[in-house]
Amino acid sequence: MANLQVKIWRGAEEGEFQEYEVPRLESQTVLDVVTYVQRRLDPSLAYRFACRVGVCGSCAMSVNGVSRWTCRTHVSKVAPDDKLEIAPLRNLPVIKDVVTDMSEFFDKWAKARGRFTGSKTRKDAFAEVKPESKQRKAVDAAIECIGCGVCYSACEVVTWKPDYLGPAALNRAWTLVNDVRDVAQQERLAAVAGDAGCHACHTHMACTERCPKGISPTAGIAGLKRAILSATLKGEM
Amino acid sequence: MKNDSRSRNHPAYWAFLVHRLSGVALTLFLPLHFWALGNALHGEAKLESFLRWSDQPLVKWAETILVLLLAAHMAGGVRLLMLEFVSLPGNAHEVNAWQKTLLAGAAGVSVVVGLLFLLNLI
Repeated sequence: MANLQVKIWRGAEEGEFQEYEVPRLESQTVLDVVTYVQRRLDPSLAYRFACRVGVCGSCAMSVNGVSRWTCRTHVSKVAPDDKLEIAPLRNLPVIKDVVTDMSEFFDKWAKARGRFTGSKTRKDAFAEVKPESKQRKAVDAAIECIGCGVCYSACEVVTWKPDYLGPAALNRAWTLVNDVRDVAQQERLAAVAGDAGCHACHTHMACTERCPKGISPTAGIAGLKRAILSATLKGEM
Repeated sequence: MKNDSRSRNHPAYWAFLVHRLSGVALTLFLPLHFWALGNALHGEAKLESFLRWSDQPLVKWAETILVLLLAAHMAGGVRLLMLEFVSLPGNAHEVNAWQKTLLAGAAGVSVVVGLLFLLNLI
């Protein structure tokens, strides 16, 4: 097999692509390539990963211009010509090389009221949530988010409007809006109804297109819009 | 860092571009449309002379493009309303499949409307 021609972003916001030659192996992932460069060619390369199997959400990067989880992206899928361009996720400040500062990404989860607020105590019985209920199904479709930031990086609206909460935070809010045990619904809807909230979405659907976990934040954002409309018509907001 | 066209190269973004560009084009056309209608206020002859001018083949072609843009904007708008107001349970694969069906439908309706207008001309 021919060698891979790999360009990796070096520096921070200012920087440049550096070229490396990496042996092409069978079943090689993009994370394997980055790891090879860091361990064999240039130990000063900074990148993030933890689980290597698509669970932790640490290793997302821009691969040939598209945001992806690198641990489960096979080179054969994205580099048929054996050329790779690896850069940090978009829409986030770059700390070094392909490592981004994800603080604002997660701060926005908090701004979207992304935490559960219950009313029961440990002395109460378990809540009964039927698996076939509409709400439970909506939660099931959206709950497997691993917080990798791919959707946030792919979203054009985040680029245009940096305070936009983004697909992941709004998807999280949507799962809680459908949590029948949660008692902070009005507060949450108010948190996502502002200028930077769900109504800023332009339905480009980049999040749905790129989410490695097969979640559709677009569907959740549309659901939030409907929930806000319904609450407004009922005079609850 | 910002995304480039490689990230934006997917059907829903093309649909967005068509919707936005057709919207801008229609907005630019509206004043011309009102001006043409306004001609009627200055008597039949003035409007008639404009309408005869608009019978030229090149203007008819431009009108066909206009009808196509209008149809694309309307069908794209219906697609967006469906995405917004019809509940979308299921995973991204299902949502993507559905939105691509909507998109194909919108594109089909636009082309059919444009061709019908063209048939009417011939």
